[in-house]
Amino acid sequence: MTALSVPAGREEDVSLRPVPWQRMGWVTWRQHRATLVSVAVFLGALAVLLYLAGRQLRSAHAAAIAACHTASSLACPPAIVAFNGTNGFLANGFMPQAVPVLIGAFAGAPVLARELETGTFRYAWTQGFGRWRWTLAKLVPLAVALAAAAWVFSLLLNWYYQPYFAAGNQNLSLEEWTPFSPGLFDLRGIGFAAWTLVAFAIGALAGMLIRRVVPAIVATLAAYTALAFAAGGWLRPAYMTPLVTSNLNLPGSAWIISQRWTKGGKFAFTGFPPDSLLNRFCPDGPPGPVGPFGKSKPVSIAECLTPHGYTQWTSYQPASRFWPFQWIEGGWLLALSVLLIAATVWLVRRRAA
Amino acid sequence: MNVIETSDLGKRYGSTWALRECTVAIPAGHVTALVGPNGAGKTTLLNLAAGLAAPSAGGVTVLGGRPAGSPAALDGIAFVAQDTPMYKNLSARDMLHLTRNLNRRFDQRYAEARLTELGIPLKRKAGKLSGGQQAQLALTLALARRPRLLVLDEPMAMLDPIARHDFMALVMTAMAEGKGAGEAGGVSVVLSSHVLAELERVADYLVLMSRGRVQLAGEVDDLLASHRVLTGPAAGADRYTERLSVVHARRGEAQAHLLVRASASDAVPPGWEAHPVGLEELALAYLRAGRDGAARPGPRPGSAI
Repeated sequence: MTALSVPAGREEDVSLRPVPWQRMGWVTWRQHRATLVSVAVFLGALAVLLYLAGRQLRSAHAAAIAACHTASSLACPPAIVAFNGTNGFLANGFMPQAVPVLIGAFAGAPVLARELETGTFRYAWTQGFGRWRWTLAKLVPLAVALAAAAWVFSLLLNWYYQPYFAAGNQNLSLEEWTPFSPGLFDLRGIGFAAWTLVAFAIGALAGMLIRRVVPAIVATLAAYTALAFAAGGWLRPAYMTPLVTSNLNLPGSAWIISQRWTKGGKFAFTGFPPDSLLNRFCPDGPPGPVGPFGKSKPVSIAECLTPHGYTQWTSYQPASRFWPFQWIEGGWLLALSVLLIAATVWLVRRRAA
Repeated sequence: MNVIETSDLGKRYGSTWALRECTVAIPAGHVTALVGPNGAGKTTLLNLAAGLAAPSAGGVTVLGGRPAGSPAALDGIAFVAQDTPMYKNLSARDMLHLTRNLNRRFDQRYAEARLTELGIPLKRKAGKLSGGQQAQLALTLALARRPRLLVLDEPMAMLDPIARHDFMALVMTAMAEGKGAGEAGGVSVVLSSHVLAELERVADYLVLMSRGRVQLAGEVDDLLASHRVLTGPAAGADRYTERLSVVHARRGEAQAHLLVRASASDAVPPGWEAHPVGLEELALAYLRAGRDGAARPGPRPGSAI
């Protein structure tokens, strides 16, 4: 037993230098290049379509502006209808909303789940590089690459939606959206990249926890959707204290959070007026439902109620807060992503097979 | 130096102990056979040694006290898991490149020469190789890391007899080369199998496991020298079972065969004959004894001892 034992001098490699980080560069690229190329092709194809659709939208917008330059022009109403109808399926922004979660789920979930599902983790995690470093060296470059690709794509989205934000659309009865519109807010600025990042991080963690590719993808879609709804519905309106005004002529770019009415300094009701009130003061028939994003309709209700001593108080987020909101949302999404990736690495390090 | 050393090592999955109170030391410089029936805890023990799993109880160190799974341990151990998992969509050349990037040492020339010798095309995807070729590729990758300890979990399970022979030949050649080149201590090998016959010819150290416990461990020559089979009249067997250290007793109508701990120089009771024992017989006796011992709280009619 002692014949082959090691001389003391040979034990120096107990305190050995770790394998350099950059060696994982090739490994990550070789193993995930197909994913990265697929994402690039997917975004590239969408970009071409979006560019073509964007040119249509812009020419329709320009046509409407030109036709309605002189009021009561006969060409004006059809031009307005044409603009409002151009690429209507894209107008609310809900379809591009799916892009971050698709990228995140299909690129993020398999990183660990496939290793665990096929058993290759028993190869990868017993190499000299070490498994938690291996995990970190895969997740971080992939996350950065995907977020960067998403950011570039969001520049195009930003370009596409510009006509909807043009000041003065509202006066021409053209669609005008607030930049806080739930479908549009996180397609622009840093939101799109940040949501892609968090989707990838959710996917990676789900893959580690669930250890199967397809269930991990499904779980990622579900968790991301829940988070996105929670963020849009509860968190985002509260990033900054809303402003309150009794001004009835808010610009179309303002994001109306809530409305309440007072009469003689006392609280009357919130939101939409009760039918009894409308029947009494607005007998010309009920006005249409209140537009969700500061359309002109509330003004018409206000017009018939204000002369009777009612005051409308609107709490809203002005469009000038777009970038502060972007930084707040991007900031907590980045923090959450770092936390999720750290949790994933920690699980890999501690995991009991 | 011990290449694997455990103390009261235990691993529990849910409420089931896959490995319990396992204390064993496997010294360097051997080809060690880790043998036991399916579910004995062999894979669990090897996973713990490779750092793939964390112990539920006790501890395990490798290569002279390095904590299992530590960077120093991973650097010195090459582990070929059961079914030799590999990235199916990567070519053999990519697998070499991958392994080279993930380790401090990698003998590219050795690996390429070995694959050429084995007739494994470098361009072929790992998933398109036969089971035997995949096992050979996995072994080549492991050996090219120039490990101090090579751990092979059920390496032959997937292989046909010829591939088994080639595989073992590669292991033995690598061991011999390591020693010849005067490398630090050469490579120690630990292989697991549920079929002892597969490893009997190559192993010189045996660790026998069953039901999550180590039943027997030692150098094969020592084990064979310290056990005998005594054959004598069945009627007188009970007298000796109290005095001798009997591992397992097999009784016929007239004759009884007792496997006892005794060397060739120990006295044989009158009327009894002593025979040397074969490794397979020895292993079976310990496995049976372990099974009976674990199953039985007290004496039971018709049982051994």
